[in-house]
Amino acid sequence: MNTMADVKVIKTEAETALAQAYAAARDRLPGDDAVASQRAAAFALFAKEGLPHRRIEEWKYTDLRALMREAKPLAAPPDAAAKARAKTAAAFLGDVETRRLVFVDGAFVPELSDLSELEPGLTVGSLADALSDGDPAVLAHVGKVAPKGDLAVALNTAFMGDGAVIRIAAGATIERPLHLCFVAAPKPAASFVRSLVVAAPGARAMLIESHEGPSGSDYQVNAALELVVGDGAHVDHVKIVAEGAAALHISTLAAAVGAKARFNAFTFTMGGAVVRNQIFLNFDGEDTVAGIRGATLIGGRQHADTTLFANHIARGCQSREVFKTVLDGEAHGVFQGRIVVRRGAQKTDAKMMTQALLLSDRAEADNKPELEIFADDVQCGHGATSGALDDELKFYLMARGIPAAQAEALLIQAFLGEAIDGIEHAGLREALMDCAVGWLNARGGR
Amino acid sequence: MPLLEVKNLHVEIDGKEILKGVDLAVNAGEVHAIMGPNGSGKSTLAYVLAGKQDYTPTAGDVLFNGKNIFAMAPDERAAAGLFLAFQYPLEIPGVATMTFLRTALNAQRKKRGDAELSTPEFIKKVREVAGKLGIDQEMLRRAVNVGFSGGEKKRNEILQMALLEPALAVLDETDSGLDIDALKIVADGVNRLRAPWRAFVVITHYQRLLNYIVPDVVHVLSRGRIAKTGGKELALELEAHGYAEFQEEAAA
Repeated sequence: MNTMADVKVIKTEAETALAQAYAAARDRLPGDDAVASQRAAAFALFAKEGLPHRRIEEWKYTDLRALMREAKPLAAPPDAAAKARAKTAAAFLGDVETRRLVFVDGAFVPELSDLSELEPGLTVGSLADALSDGDPAVLAHVGKVAPKGDLAVALNTAFMGDGAVIRIAAGATIERPLHLCFVAAPKPAASFVRSLVVAAPGARAMLIESHEGPSGSDYQVNAALELVVGDGAHVDHVKIVAEGAAALHISTLAAAVGAKARFNAFTFTMGGAVVRNQIFLNFDGEDTVAGIRGATLIGGRQHADTTLFANHIARGCQSREVFKTVLDGEAHGVFQGRIVVRRGAQKTDAKMMTQALLLSDRAEADNKPELEIFADDVQCGHGATSGALDDELKFYLMARGIPAAQAEALLIQAFLGEAIDGIEHAGLREALMDCAVGWLNARGGR
Repeated sequence: MPLLEVKNLHVEIDGKEILKGVDLAVNAGEVHAIMGPNGSGKSTLAYVLAGKQDYTPTAGDVLFNGKNIFAMAPDERAAAGLFLAFQYPLEIPGVATMTFLRTALNAQRKKRGDAELSTPEFIKKVREVAGKLGIDQEMLRRAVNVGFSGGEKKRNEILQMALLEPALAVLDETDSGLDIDALKIVADGVNRLRAPWRAFVVITHYQRLLNYIVPDVVHVLSRGRIAKTGGKELALELEAHGYAEFQEEAAA
């Protein structure tokens, strides 16, 4: 229980379980001494701070101490049945052609993955192998891009078992999107995946990251992706959170973007009981253009948080952030967007817009945009709105013969379209809009 | 049986009575003009026929084809053949005009038990109708009414009317904000659609539109009631003398 007389913080059940899990697992987690000490330092931070809670500003609206009552045991290697189920994963992508890399409960499954005829300049492997082999090219980046002080990242670092390692050589263009397909097995467990993608200067690639699992299982996912976008590279990242209805999902995208690069990130959230999407973006090089967008559709008692930190370090970069959230039932949506423009980041052009559409009186949306500007020659702005569907527009559509549910669906699609249209891949745009339509149709039946 | 029959209609908005006993009978094939000063309840009548929420009928009946429409949702009224051309057509960012038109047309067809139009069939039909109304194809490629001029918005209303082929079209101040050329296009669109089985209720503040759409019956609405009914010459009389007579009468 949490009743206490002195100031000593008593660990929650989940915190205690995580400490026990770490003690039991640390000797068999992959990596040499350097990795082990990275893990130890990360866990020490967690042991000191505990699960983040509402009195920590970054977690104010997503009190993990309250939302994460227990810590599931670390996932065991997937069995044949779990792998068989994963074969039909990612139906939501429709007919989008990808090179699929499948992970079940966080473990890479080569036999379900497409590793044939890799394009020239593309290298694909697993993090577990890279850590076990002590691959210096991987070790040079792991833990260097993601912020060490973040508690979700710290837990991920302490427990990271497997993940994808992708390298794209300088100047190489990878036409087929690379799909990191994460699937949870039926038995509720916790998985900690860490992926690393390094796009060398001038490289071009598209990454899709999807997360899904059984709806009846209260499994837990902590996924992190460290992404290095070299000078002049063009990388698109689309994450689809389609977790099962009882899942706890925390994922982090940490990107270090070089000069004259193009970077687009899109976060699409529709599944999971508790979801926290974290995006940490460093503009390390000049004159880069980035589009950071997202769409969230939640209902019931779902909780989805997107927390973005865009750090403009170098001069002349442009960033556009557009986040749309549709909330039904008693859902709780959170958007925290912080843009920091450092002293040297003159000529930064950053605009952030976040909008919530509330379909129910009981839904809640918290929007917290923040701008911190230390340079004096910049163009920055942000806006936040939340509201219900426009009754006048709905009446106009209905007056033309469109039934209420269909009129609402049209308006909601239009609302989401402003964000989804930012995805450059046409097939993926359509697939996500189809997901949204599916969600809207299911809503009619709720 | 009249196509539209309004009997002793009382309507409130936010507890305030706007229509205070309107009686109106419109037969198929007829064009009725409803004129009146600002605030007389013209737009309220239009909205209540279309089924806008918060326009609460407190007494009376509205029969369309002999059927009471109060229990029908706006989309059901539309599918039954009732069309309202809005005074201020709304902009819907993100909804493509073609998607909007197709969704509307097919929703109505579906409700009436007709087969939905395929995309090629639909496109052919829209092009045909737009061509007759002199509507630029480019307009159809934009989001609904977004970036349209006032005249384009009104023309888009007429396009929707021509496409949906209603039995009764209510035009709520479709002439407001139009220059003479746009006015002629709108009037021409209406005149083309005149048919023995179709009726129009043209709501206007000015007589000007009625030079181009010649009404069979003219009503003056004042303070929530039909104060006078006559032939097309009544419109000219109003143009010459204004509405003062009715306002005083009603005030008395």
